Amino acid sequence: MSDGGRSSVSAAERRMWTTWVRERAVSSLPPDKLLPDRQPSYVSSWIYVFGVTTIAALVVVVVSGMILGLAGPAWWHTSSLGRFFNGIHLWGVELFFFAMVVHLWGKFFMGAWRGGRGRTWVTGAIAFLVAIGAAFTGYLSQQNFDSQWIASEGKDGLNSVGIGAFFNVSNFGQMYTFHVILLPLAVSALVVWHVLLVRRHGVVPPYPAKGQER
Amino acid sequence: MIQPVLAALFDLSHPAHYLHWHFFQMSVANVIVILLMIAVFVAAILIPFPRRERSS
Repeated sequence: MSDGGRSSVSAAERRMWTTWVRERAVSSLPPDKLLPDRQPSYVSSWIYVFGVTTIAALVVVVVSGMILGLAGPAWWHTSSLGRFFNGIHLWGVELFFFAMVVHLWGKFFMGAWRGGRGRTWVTGAIAFLVAIGAAFTGYLSQQNFDSQWIASEGKDGLNSVGIGAFFNVSNFGQMYTFHVILLPLAVSALVVWHVLLVRRHGVVPPYPAKGQER
Repeated sequence: MIQPVLAALFDLSHPAHYLHWHFFQMSVANVIVILLMIAVFVAAILIPFPRRERSS
């Protein structure tokens, strides 16, 4: 297993932050763990495909969202190609949440937080909650009557919990910034962190059979 | 000619249908999505995953 290049580092280099970061990164995630060739035999089940399905949908959502953002509301509301990409973005989100919920159910019934995997579970749960915010601000960014209706309904709810002054759903610029920059960055960062934790700790093994509990 | 083919399978230009059961209220579309998720979850557990024979 790699030592992160520790043996060839001089005393002067050891004081550099880059050395510290590299050694920490390689020791906690050596390349064979970061990109393994094989997975345990218990992973050969359809229930394990929903995590990567979620990530694939997220890629489609981000790419189609970039195209929509670059072309603007007039394009996605009026041209047939714009409406097509608007539909791709919507159905990508539908698939994203669909797969993420099935992934969540699967991991819940596996007890996927076992064996020191608590942070893997928590980063996944927080990514789910942040993604709900990203979807909500997406509905507010449609620039149509539907988004106005959702904003007026949502404003009462957010005011009732005391955050309406900081998260103003009737401020399109603020909601659009949340939707196209802040929340996608947060979701992407959480997903990357989540996947790195899965790589580091491995996929949770099944519960032992009755009579074989340790 | 192409327009009817590409049009949505369901006419969405009307208010959504809702299910009411005491305090519980949910649109039919959401109920269908939840039932689909349960069906996919059960199918993912029950349907065997194709195994590739490894050459040793």
